[in-house]
Amino acid sequence: MSSFKEQFEIPGRFRNISFALMAVGIVSVIVGFFMYGSHEPARFWATMLHNSVFFLLITNASMFFICATTLAMGSWQLAFRRVPEAISKCVIPLGIIALIVLLCIVLGDQHHIYHWLDKEHVQHDTILKGKAGFLNPTFFIVWTLLSIGLWIALGHKMRQLSRYLDENPLASVAEGKKYVFKSTIWSALFIVWFALTVASVTPWLWLMSIDAHWYSTMYSWYTFASSFVSGMSLIALFVIFLKNRGYLEVVTEEHLHDLGKFMFAFSIFWCYLWFSQYMLIWYANIPEETIYFKPRVQGAYRAIFFLNLIVNFFTPLLLLMRRSAKRNYTSVAILAVIIIFGHWVDFYQMVFVGPFKEHVDLNLFDFGVAAGFVGLIMFSTGRALAQAPLLAKNDPFFKESVIHHT
Amino acid sequence: MSVKKFVVGCFDDEAVLFPAVKKVRKAGYKLHDIYTPFPMHGLDHAMGLRDTSLHTAGFIYAITGTTTALGGISWVFTKDWPLNIGGKPHFALPAWIPITFELTVLFSAVGMVLTFCYLCQLAPFLKKHHFHPRATDDQFVMVIECNEKTNEDEVKSFLAQAGAKEINVQNAETGWWLGRYDKDTMPFQVRKEKTAFE
Repeated sequence: MSSFKEQFEIPGRFRNISFALMAVGIVSVIVGFFMYGSHEPARFWATMLHNSVFFLLITNASMFFICATTLAMGSWQLAFRRVPEAISKCVIPLGIIALIVLLCIVLGDQHHIYHWLDKEHVQHDTILKGKAGFLNPTFFIVWTLLSIGLWIALGHKMRQLSRYLDENPLASVAEGKKYVFKSTIWSALFIVWFALTVASVTPWLWLMSIDAHWYSTMYSWYTFASSFVSGMSLIALFVIFLKNRGYLEVVTEEHLHDLGKFMFAFSIFWCYLWFSQYMLIWYANIPEETIYFKPRVQGAYRAIFFLNLIVNFFTPLLLLMRRSAKRNYTSVAILAVIIIFGHWVDFYQMVFVGPFKEHVDLNLFDFGVAAGFVGLIMFSTGRALAQAPLLAKNDPFFKESVIHHT
Repeated sequence: MSVKKFVVGCFDDEAVLFPAVKKVRKAGYKLHDIYTPFPMHGLDHAMGLRDTSLHTAGFIYAITGTTTALGGISWVFTKDWPLNIGGKPHFALPAWIPITFELTVLFSAVGMVLTFCYLCQLAPFLKKHHFHPRATDDQFVMVIECNEKTNEDEVKSFLAQAGAKEINVQNAETGWWLGRYDKDTMPFQVRKEKTAFE
């Protein structure tokens, strides 16, 4: 093992780019705050909400990926397991930023974004009054704190279990079984909490309550699919980056093929949920449900709505279908960027249509803030990668991953 | 169809089989096929087989299904017999997507099963020569094709060195013929005397 490059060193250019992007982000936030902060605060906070929640959820998808594969006794991911581990470490800074943004919106009474914050309005609104037990600041804040806090804590525990093996190799089969059992228990805990948060309650609070009168039972699954497919793309991007720099020698086309399959399959899964939500509402044609799609399909957001479908479904479907496309580093990298951008746009139309129904105002401010988050993810992941050996070589399933063959 | 001569070697260990395949290809003998009791990862690669084109066929069947469904439904509901269903437009695309999806899957599934059977030459009452009955049980059966110039004793000793446990020479029909396994007729045995190298 000594011949492998196990220690990642952050390249100077990578560090410079991440700092430049973060600087762009900070400047954008400051400029945006002075441009919109006083007379149109909803515009500022909607951008912050969109970006912080999107990037938080796609980095958190990495830990979900680790836990799901651990529970399934998967082994193929171990060759690059340190990459999703490092990405999941971004949940700490991004979670804190998202927490601050959400607290500012709720405590700052931004009822242009969350209608249900307006107490007087809720008094005359039968629907919002009925939902008040769920949509109220106390529950929102408690649940948000719990969500982000437990993602960080359980994720930390998972990373710790994996890191522990680096210094303490498993001495016997019995010890290996004990390790597998322990990581199974902790990943099961994470998965249960993930199901209660990302796959159900958290998107209802953070995103669906922007359209407070409307609801959809598909919504959280839809959000989850969106964030998971972008999360897999993010993992693929970092794996390809490390391969290009000459690291991760044991990762081969076979592993890339499986990552590509995830990107391909979950793009289809995303579209399945998108369509299930859309078609039932279209078919039933009940005004209180169609209100959600009216500005999206027939209003100002028409172009974004269809762009969303083309970029997030047809592009990966047609371009990633071939086996050779999933095994090619260039095509997977390009599609990963396209998918992440597409789902960023998807989240944009989830957040922005509620407060701004009349016109689309996607400008440099949004892209600047997004660039800042990209820089933060690059910086944080790069640092986390440099802190730990790149190969989880003492894991009991590691050999299986090295000889992995699809 | 033609009758050819084959040297058949049986292996009982896949750890021996894989290096043997490599040696046979390196020596330049023509591998007819390898019959294994279960699918073996990487064997196709080791034998140098090209990728199957079954998935391309599947894609073509799938888009045939898609166009059949969309073309059929839109013709029926907009031209041939427009009906007002729940006040929806006649061209009600979202409502057709599930049926389009089903037909896509149906066409590709049925088409691929039939294509698979065709590629493997599998059909009722269709017979192919079995080189060794234990290829379906516990033996990996490697079959090497001979031509007029092949020295079969050389091939036999080569296979023995590569680790084959049981080696024999068979004259066999390469293609398929109609017949039943319980009422066995072997057309190639009747024609055997006509072959060039016996």
